[in-house]
Amino acid sequence: MTALLETPPAIADLPARKIKRQNRLAWIAKHSIAIVLVIMFLTPVIYLVLLSLMTSNQALTSDYWPNTWHPENYVKVFRSTPLPHYLLNTVIYAVSSTVLTLASSVPAAYALAKLKFRGRNALFLTIICVMMLPPQVVTVPLYLMWARYGLTGSLAPLIIPALFGDAFCIFLLRQFLLTIPSEYLDAARVDGCGEWRTLLRVVLPMARPGIAAAGLFQFFFCWNDYYGPLLYTSENESSWTLTLGLASFRTVHHVDWNLVTAATVLAMAPLIVIFFFAQRAFVQGITLTGFKG
Amino acid sequence: MSAIRLRRSLTTLSFLAPALIGIAVFFVYPLISAVYFSFTKFDLLSVPQWVGLDNYKRMADDPFLLQSVRNTLWMVVVFVPARIVGAIGLSMLLTQLRRGAGFFRTVFYLPALVPPVAATIAFVYLLKPGTGPVDHFLEKIGISGPLWFNSPTWAKPSLVLLGLWAIGDLMVIFLAAVLGVPESLYEAASLDGANAWHKFRSITLPSIQPVILFAAVTGVIYTLQYFDQAAVAGSIASGQATVGAGISQSFGYPEGSTFTYPLWLYTVGFRYNALGYANALAIALFVVALSVTVILMRRAKAFSGEES
Repeated sequence: MTALLETPPAIADLPARKIKRQNRLAWIAKHSIAIVLVIMFLTPVIYLVLLSLMTSNQALTSDYWPNTWHPENYVKVFRSTPLPHYLLNTVIYAVSSTVLTLASSVPAAYALAKLKFRGRNALFLTIICVMMLPPQVVTVPLYLMWARYGLTGSLAPLIIPALFGDAFCIFLLRQFLLTIPSEYLDAARVDGCGEWRTLLRVVLPMARPGIAAAGLFQFFFCWNDYYGPLLYTSENESSWTLTLGLASFRTVHHVDWNLVTAATVLAMAPLIVIFFFAQRAFVQGITLTGFKG
Repeated sequence: MSAIRLRRSLTTLSFLAPALIGIAVFFVYPLISAVYFSFTKFDLLSVPQWVGLDNYKRMADDPFLLQSVRNTLWMVVVFVPARIVGAIGLSMLLTQLRRGAGFFRTVFYLPALVPPVAATIAFVYLLKPGTGPVDHFLEKIGISGPLWFNSPTWAKPSLVLLGLWAIGDLMVIFLAAVLGVPESLYEAASLDGANAWHKFRSITLPSIQPVILFAAVTGVIYTLQYFDQAAVAGSIASGQATVGAGISQSFGYPEGSTFTYPLWLYTVGFRYNALGYANALAIALFVVALSVTVILMRRAKAFSGEES
């Protein structure tokens, strides 16, 4: 019996070794694919950075590598173009919109997640509809509304709506607040906290990661926004944001590709820096939007 | 008793007031006026004039509308599935990598952070016909590269490439879903002698199906409002003088191949000032977007309003 079960060592080893070799091949194949993909994903950004360090003449050629390095392009683009102005407008838009959106969205998200009231479901469904609505649907009436108050050509139509909550922000915060156990809130209520005190003292500190994620998304959205600034500020160049400036840059400074790319690098750099500091909040936020099965 | 209830309602209302005003002013009001305006004819100077269904009839024989609908449909059919397949592929690859998975994940995610306008400019340079680095590389290995953003056939595929490059956020969603599949299912399948492909087909795919639905619906919604990249690519690639709102002159370059539905809506409204017709186009867009959204709300738990 035992003799039957014992296979000769040479045969027993063969499949094991084969599997090991197959594993190693698979390992190499997978990592090679990953490395090729890394090159493909990084090339556009690296190319852009290299281009921004060339002379304006070399930037017109098909060279990859700068003959001489010109980091002063970054100074030049600040001095000789309206870039600082665009940057300032973008910062004003992104910062004020983020702060105001969070302040107006957190209470609504809290009510949707933790308070019981009639019409809660209907309100939540409405918010999903608003979130899914392509902005172009309401563009014309909204434009006319802002024009009536003489606010087109300024940043006001972009910032004022932040006072009244943002659908995506409310949705994201609600999803996060649902994960906070209601027992904590009940304990606060038993201690005599009103709903607002409960929100400010108990919920806010616990919801910090969710608020960070929502704030990051809003900030990034504003920083990248092109449609809004195009619609409301294009008639008045002093209100232009970075995105609008970048899209028009080439024609104003037509041959200076090196400066255009320097400005482009400057537009994306802050986001990448922020990402490295807040990677965790970010990834968690995206996962929340995708929901679990 | 009712005093307490009243107080409680007022508290709830105080939480919701900003959002309720926001929904009324920036959603309900403009939606209703868009419906009303869609039955009128007016521009920025004249008063709306009732024309009944004229604007909707006009949609039936508008060659530009037809072109923009075709382009947007093309994007829905190619762009959305390409991004979903790409994101699933990347997240599967990431789960297979033992070493450096964190590094690879960060690199694959990074392009999603690049502002779409900046990314589009980068891609137009990268894909510059003839002298761009991609065509340069292709030439070295004996392929004569296409004209990319300057070719009516290749402009949309170039936009798809751009969208695949910035696939990071979708990848993170799928990665979370793939990692959420219970390990025990795979172990059971291994005992039954299933290979990697079988496991993917019969375990991973069914498990992440709700996320695929989510990605498909949000992808379609995203494609319906696809504007920035198409507008900027047309402007930069055409090399025309397009400053600020003047960008609408180069919309669709080359030969209308990147002319999407939102670009046509913008052109009608803000270049031709045909505001009544623009609102009719907006309402048509709303109906399509709403029906797609309803599919998601019917199927997905997180969007149904019930506590998960």
